[in-house]
Amino acid sequence: MTPLAVDEKKDDYTVIGKNPLRHDGTDKVTGRAQYGADIRLPGMLYGAMLRSPQAHARILSIDTSKAEAYPGVKAVVTATDLPDVESKIADLGEGTINLRHQSNNVLARDKVLYYGHAIAAVAAINLHVAEEAAALIEVEYEVLPPVLDVRKAMQEDSPILLDDIRTDESGKKGERPSNIAAHYQEQVGDIEKGFLDATVVIEREFFTSMVHQGYIEPQNATAQYNPDGQITIWCSTQGSFGVREQTAEILEIPVSKIRVVPMEIGGGFGGKVGVYLEPVVVLLSRKSGYRPVKMTMTRSDVLAATGPTSGSYIKVKMGANRDGKITAVQALLAYEAGTYPGSPVGGGMGVMFAPYRIENALVDGYDVLVNKPRTAAYRAPGGSNAAFACETVIDELCEKLDMDPIEFRLLNGAREGDRRVDGPVFARIGFLETLEAAQNSPHYCAPLTGPNRPHRGRGVASGFWYNYGGKSSASASVNSDGTVSLITGSVDIGGTRTSVAMQLAEGLGIPAESIRPVVVDTDSVGYTEGTYGSRTTFSTGWAAYEVSKLLKEKLLERAALIWETESDKIRFEHGAFLFEQKQMTFAQLAARLDETGGPVVASAAVRPEHSGPTFATHIVDVEVDPETGKVQILRYTAVQDAGKAIYPDYVASQMQGGVAQGVGWALNEEYMYDDQGRLVNASLLDYRMPVTLDLPMIETVIVEVPNPGHPYGVRGVGEVPIVPPPAALANAIYHAVGVRMTTLPMNPARIVAELDRQKE
Amino acid sequence: MNKKVRVQATINGEDVEFLCESRQSLLEVLRETLGLTGAKEGCNNGNCGACNVILDGALVNSCLVLAVEIDGRRVTTIEGIATAQGLHPLQEKFIAHAALQCGFCTPGFIVASKALLDQNPNPSESEIREWLAGNLCRCTGYDRIVRAVMDASQVQEKTL
Repeated sequence: MTPLAVDEKKDDYTVIGKNPLRHDGTDKVTGRAQYGADIRLPGMLYGAMLRSPQAHARILSIDTSKAEAYPGVKAVVTATDLPDVESKIADLGEGTINLRHQSNNVLARDKVLYYGHAIAAVAAINLHVAEEAAALIEVEYEVLPPVLDVRKAMQEDSPILLDDIRTDESGKKGERPSNIAAHYQEQVGDIEKGFLDATVVIEREFFTSMVHQGYIEPQNATAQYNPDGQITIWCSTQGSFGVREQTAEILEIPVSKIRVVPMEIGGGFGGKVGVYLEPVVVLLSRKSGYRPVKMTMTRSDVLAATGPTSGSYIKVKMGANRDGKITAVQALLAYEAGTYPGSPVGGGMGVMFAPYRIENALVDGYDVLVNKPRTAAYRAPGGSNAAFACETVIDELCEKLDMDPIEFRLLNGAREGDRRVDGPVFARIGFLETLEAAQNSPHYCAPLTGPNRPHRGRGVASGFWYNYGGKSSASASVNSDGTVSLITGSVDIGGTRTSVAMQLAEGLGIPAESIRPVVVDTDSVGYTEGTYGSRTTFSTGWAAYEVSKLLKEKLLERAALIWETESDKIRFEHGAFLFEQKQMTFAQLAARLDETGGPVVASAAVRPEHSGPTFATHIVDVEVDPETGKVQILRYTAVQDAGKAIYPDYVASQMQGGVAQGVGWALNEEYMYDDQGRLVNASLLDYRMPVTLDLPMIETVIVEVPNPGHPYGVRGVGEVPIVPPPAALANAIYHAVGVRMTTLPMNPARIVAELDRQKE
Repeated sequence: MNKKVRVQATINGEDVEFLCESRQSLLEVLRETLGLTGAKEGCNNGNCGACNVILDGALVNSCLVLAVEIDGRRVTTIEGIATAQGLHPLQEKFIAHAALQCGFCTPGFIVASKALLDQNPNPSESEIREWLAGNLCRCTGYDRIVRAVMDASQVQEKTL
């Protein structure tokens, strides 16, 4: 195989690619950073929610009288306090949602559709009183049979969740109510011919359960409704403008009446984009006589009623010829949307075969309602389910063809100009480079077997993610001491204050430490989409780059005034203004703004049309205990194309975090429902996420194939690292003990059961 | 209305007196009564470690301790880890190693690590992993946290 040419963009950056200390570091290690639940306002009330113990029931009546009469209670609200919002589709950035469904999810109107569905809320003088009062609310239900299995939900005789849902077939609506909200199809070439050309054809079925994002900070929101109609909301959200829009639509209030203050956020991973509590605290604040009201979800509420990503049923068929070339692929993906339409099945359909050159494909996707919480985005939404299926089948093809899994992927890997099954044609991408880097990694070059330890195996899997661009704004002002204040609306979940500031600093030739980045509320900065879709360093960073250009132009004009020349005669290099033999540093000029016309400020807004997709290849070594079924991860390496890693430590940390979540999804995590649809593991003891003892150090290899669609070559990095882990682990488990796991999580019980079946 | 109890304790080296209901957890009183919001509520049942504090030298989940139980005792919260001289080596190393992303679990991890280093100044990687298994982080995959604690223990060794 001839080595591929890697883009060697001139890389003489002074700030980008370094690891300055993050600007909010001290606040976050001292406990000073203010998260949503840390708010305490004068006269503040505390809210509590009554939630449904039923998974599927008609609400016959709600009696709040005892709660209202309870001493210390100031307000009680139910869905009757919400406007009856019309059906209207809103774009949440990582997916769309029907606003009436969103409203009904915030407070159930006619039906409860999952265990934990919010029904009524109380505001009281303290949390204990609020909880006691909420428990006094009496709800009469007509219990309906719950629909809990994605394939049963698709059957014609299944109970129906929502009477207004007709299957959407490429825009055409079905005639009868159905739990299948939509059917999508992608097709290229001729799969019949493709499978005839194959020497090996593998067809397998895969099953995954719902899993939660698992952010450690529960959802929270505080609202102050003023008698003049102005509303302030403090909350934990990935996107303050999205909260403003959704709350405005649900409450039928103009957006200008609402100011959303995004507090520090304790993790989101896609789960803190849609609103849950915000409209409710606004109602409670108004109804309690304009007192501020704070609500925080309990952990069991978080698990039962927010977040999860889809469980799924996936069938994959792949064929390859004697040389190892993929000849045809076929797949069916059925994703649980939860209560309302909007599963990430489309994401999964696109992710599944994106890393490969595919000439013949047929992919069907179904968005299916079940009596489980409305799903939300979760890091590369839909991707891990799909890659688990596809990348496991590829491993089986490699085995049948006696090919190295990385060689197989190099042979079939997508490159610039290739068309994805779902349509788009790739610009410059770095999949092959991640494969080569994986092949050359210390991990892949090292032998697997340890001293006298059987039951060890190595697995490889790859993954793709689209990445998103979207709207971002930034403003900056030059301070007289040579620093620059940077204002954005991008909530900082993982170091983006700094990765954005670095792009401004690079443009101005000053150190990252000379930028003072702040994240502000919706009244204080231009429209900015949320921190999701791996977009913040990409888009908000781009806005900061545009701001640097504007500031530079203005500063050149100031220098020209001082030196009595034209600004185009002055050069700006590495933070210094140069004219003939004269020189002024950025800081020296910043100190002279007053004498040259006053403040220098600039703002920019961007909306990149294209993002820059990315790929990852992961390698994992495991040891499986055949007696207990326990999987121990011995070594893990994640390789990923970052385009240009602006802030490498935090790129690597995103990769490591994605791996950890992927490992949890692969080995432990799942929503467990009883036959009545009650979530039985709604605690962090029973919904078991990885702890320190479950993981080794996670090795990272950052590949840089610059994105031609970004001034600094950035590709989003946050999402793709969760795509390969379940498949990589399934493949490693197979090579350790010889069983092909097709159900997630691959917990000890399932592995022992498979080993037992193998013995029979 | 529940009757309130008077509690006297030493928190971060200062004598503190407060009124609380007997059902209130230490975490609730720290956050809602005393304004010490560095300890976080992630689960309120002892599973996540975000509310870790040191009580008379022992690491505890403050959500599992009743506020009335600290009467006459000494509590160190995240707000009491840094000194007048500046950040504790653990705090410096968490920043230097990029051992945090969202930062929500960070106070708990730093308090837990402080309790570890107080009794084992030079822990091995496996001792650190064993000790911190009661703290959940969903962002980092723990790699950088473990490295930060190892590095801080080296610094602490030198300065002792």
